[in-house]
Amino acid sequence: MAKLVAILATTHHPFYYRTSQLPPEEAPPFAAEWVSKVATYRETLTRARPDVLVMVGSDHFHQLWLDNMPQFLVGKAPFYDGNWENEVREFGLPKMLLRGHEELSAYMLREGIDKGFDLAFSNELRVDHSVTCPILTVRPQNDLPIVPIYTNIFAPPLPRPERFVQLGRTIREIIDAWPSDLRVAVIGTGHLSLELGGPRQFGPHGPDPEFDARAVDWISRGDIDGCLAGVSLDSLHEPGNATHGFMDFMLMMGIAGYAKADHTDSLDLFHTMEAYFTWYPNPELIGDPS
Amino acid sequence: MSRYLVNKFLFTVDRDTDLTERYRRDPVATVAWWERERANRVLGSIPAEDTTWLSFTDEERTALEAHDHVTLFGLGAHPFLTLTLWIAMFERDWDEPLGMQLDYARQLAHLGLPYPSIET
Repeated sequence: MAKLVAILATTHHPFYYRTSQLPPEEAPPFAAEWVSKVATYRETLTRARPDVLVMVGSDHFHQLWLDNMPQFLVGKAPFYDGNWENEVREFGLPKMLLRGHEELSAYMLREGIDKGFDLAFSNELRVDHSVTCPILTVRPQNDLPIVPIYTNIFAPPLPRPERFVQLGRTIREIIDAWPSDLRVAVIGTGHLSLELGGPRQFGPHGPDPEFDARAVDWISRGDIDGCLAGVSLDSLHEPGNATHGFMDFMLMMGIAGYAKADHTDSLDLFHTMEAYFTWYPNPELIGDPS
Repeated sequence: MSRYLVNKFLFTVDRDTDLTERYRRDPVATVAWWERERANRVLGSIPAEDTTWLSFTDEERTALEAHDHVTLFGLGAHPFLTLTLWIAMFERDWDEPLGMQLDYARQLAHLGLPYPSIET
């Protein structure tokens, strides 16, 4: 069976790439610490020596649109172009080409549908910054095939938080049962408290630092039940109007199960808090950090 | 209320650089052209398959013509779509970093929770 070697759950800050490219004299004061934390986080994936990456993210109205909106979608293609013109324009992100892993995509779709998730699929998907940002941060050499999984955290009516956790558990079952010798890592990105296009946007911190502290605590302790008791579709409006992206973190908690994260880090930035979590489901599969 | 159509306008204008510039430069003419020529185009389809029933309300049309993001927010236009397009059109007019985004937020500061529904 395949080996699930690492689970990474993180924010996807689209300004990281441009910030990390700036010469020191032009970089903002927080840049050095941000780059350092990302380098440490990158090492948590490198240590796991993955062969294939399952990437959980959410299209931000780039390809998926209100005339035909899937709740959960799996990409199944040999390649995925990455980043859209308005992401190049707004964030300075580069156009990218990522390799796909069609065999695992096909297996994910077949097993997911049979396990009660009527997954949509796409044979031509241009992935957006929810997938490309973690490649740029934790696998910048972009040398591994991916299976993209998109969730709808953006266009209501949305699936409830419980459904995200259930999908995470199902993805875990599917990977654990995949008849393959490959080492799989899952990388999922979402948000803590976040406001976009509303009165609380672009403040000196995220719009709700108390929510962010609770969220980091839930995730780092693997407290799925506490998290589910603490959030609902309605309550997620309160910390910020784009905070439903937190449900992607909940999906990742479903994959990790009731387990403390092996790596937890965060960085308070303007506009939002960055957060980085890694779990190693089987520590025996991970090399010596030295 | 045609919240979907307002979102469709924002979505299709934001992703097309020429249209973004036209909307910045001449919003009244661009909104009129778009409603006449594009509002009923099913994305990815040919004109013979156009939808037959979509149009803006007067309030929506006026808000789009006036670049009035506060009214659009109140009408339930998707805030991510509005913000992204506004950044494309107006960030260039501000000298300080995030100046446009902070001014955009200040104009909405009188609004409290719950925000208008964005469900379509």
